Amino acid sequence: MSSSSSSVTVATPALPVSLRGVGRTFPAVRGGEERIVLRDIQLEIAPGEIVALLGPSGCGKSTLLRQISGLDRPTAGTLTIDRTAVAPADQRSAVAFQEPRLLPWRTVARNVELGLPRGLDRRQGAERVAELLELVQLSHAAGLKPREISGGMAQRVSLARALARGPGVLLLDEPFGALDALTRLTMQDLLVDIHRAEPATIVLVTHDVDEALALADRIVLLGTRHDRPGATISMILDVPGARPRDRASVVLTRLRAKLLDALGVPSHHGA
Amino acid sequence: MSFDERGGAPVRRPSTEGRRSASLFQFVSGYGYSAAGRDLPEVSRGRTTVTTILLGLVLPVLILAVWWVAAESGAIPDYLLPSPPQVVAAGVELAQAGLLATYILISVQRVLLGFAIGAAIGLVLGALVGLSPLASKLLAPLLGAIRAVPSLAWVPLLTIYLGIYEEPKITLIAIGAAFPVFTTVAGALRHVDPHLVEAGQAFGLGRLALLSTVQLPAVVPSIVSGLRLALAQAWLFLVAAELIASSMGLGFLLIDSQNNGRIDRLFLAIILLGVLGKTTDALVGLGERALLQRWG
Repeated sequence: MSSSSSSVTVATPALPVSLRGVGRTFPAVRGGEERIVLRDIQLEIAPGEIVALLGPSGCGKSTLLRQISGLDRPTAGTLTIDRTAVAPADQRSAVAFQEPRLLPWRTVARNVELGLPRGLDRRQGAERVAELLELVQLSHAAGLKPREISGGMAQRVSLARALARGPGVLLLDEPFGALDALTRLTMQDLLVDIHRAEPATIVLVTHDVDEALALADRIVLLGTRHDRPGATISMILDVPGARPRDRASVVLTRLRAKLLDALGVPSHHGA
Repeated sequence: MSFDERGGAPVRRPSTEGRRSASLFQFVSGYGYSAAGRDLPEVSRGRTTVTTILLGLVLPVLILAVWWVAAESGAIPDYLLPSPPQVVAAGVELAQAGLLATYILISVQRVLLGFAIGAAIGLVLGALVGLSPLASKLLAPLLGAIRAVPSLAWVPLLTIYLGIYEEPKITLIAIGAAFPVFTTVAGALRHVDPHLVEAGQAFGLGRLALLSTVQLPAVVPSIVSGLRLALAQAWLFLVAAELIASSMGLGFLLIDSQNNGRIDRLFLAIILLGVLGKTTDALVGLGERALLQRWG
């Protein structure tokens, strides 16, 4: 697929993200104890970089993503995008949620429209939407309602909506988690194409080791130590090789073994 | 006074091809089937529609036949049960006197005005209580208490405050119409999918934009259900208002006929109320389909 002819009119340049000592503790509810979910997260993300947040289910990956998006606020540390503090629902970033979260009464095109930056005139907006639907290969479905399309298509709509404003930071919360294995691979390739066409900084939450290896420049592993509550970064791995990558390459196989090992899953590699 | 259990009225049945489960409101209303909260049936094939209408007419026609036979045979004296022709004749007589059209029009006008005012108030209050926890804590107990007051209890007070003309009647109907809208809208707004609301916030929608883009469209089916219930309530409260203090209208026709022993007119008034109520409900039902086509 070639998507180099994108006539991006609204894209802002990719922005750096900085997390310093970020922690999130949820207050006690009705006599329970307070819950420490994240602590001491230290991470510098370069503009245009793709970072995968990897970890077991429920370890706080999505919570960390919500801190970066400004939909939730850390209880400790500082968090900046482009060296200024993250605002509530910060408009420099855009989120594609775990579920597509499309408005069921709006058509696919009108759902993508929701992601457009304010102050874009009608014609420009329509052009941008058409361009994005082309990018996620959904031009034919522009007039359909969410209930008339498949789960994979809905996730692509959600992705297009997140891309609509040309965000400096694109936050993806297990965007392909609910898809079947084949569709997931296609979507990963699509994301690589999109990143080439509109190179935003991407933070991708996933529990799929192969997905992280296929897409990320760096993989950040979140984990909890037995002696302390709250997840923090337990390992950062650089992934070599330009995308699209050979999923079966020796280097990736070795990294996969290392990651699975760190996640506590026997890899059976070279055994 | 109970006006919502009209036997024999053809009730539109839920289609069997709907995939979503039926909404709460259609069971609550007892006033005909509401399409809200489920998929729209496929555009009905002409034959099915005709069959549905014919089936719906079976019982009314049967009741009419039994009534006719019972009245004509003399088994029941006609001061207790007038025959259908006598009822028709009563209608013709009233029409010639120029009263029938006046009564119908004034009643319809009262219902529509009261319904419009009440629905608007219910919508605003419902939005406030549904969206703002503070407003909910402030208003919900008071409104709950007001709703618990039986409709007839308002009549003497409204008559003292507002006189005996249109104002107290329309006010009473508005009170009746406001609550179904208030209850359904407040409840529905409170339960709008928080995921969609958060998505709206993430894409930079402010409070008002969020309301118009996400929250209101999400509750359109509930609003429509509430409106339908409100219309039924409006007819109920109309008769309450007209029974007490009026010189015109179908409720007045009821009480006036009772006082003069005109059982034929009594039957006429009841039949007219049934037909008018069903007609306005069907009209709202048509609007409902159009709205759900767009927002459902």
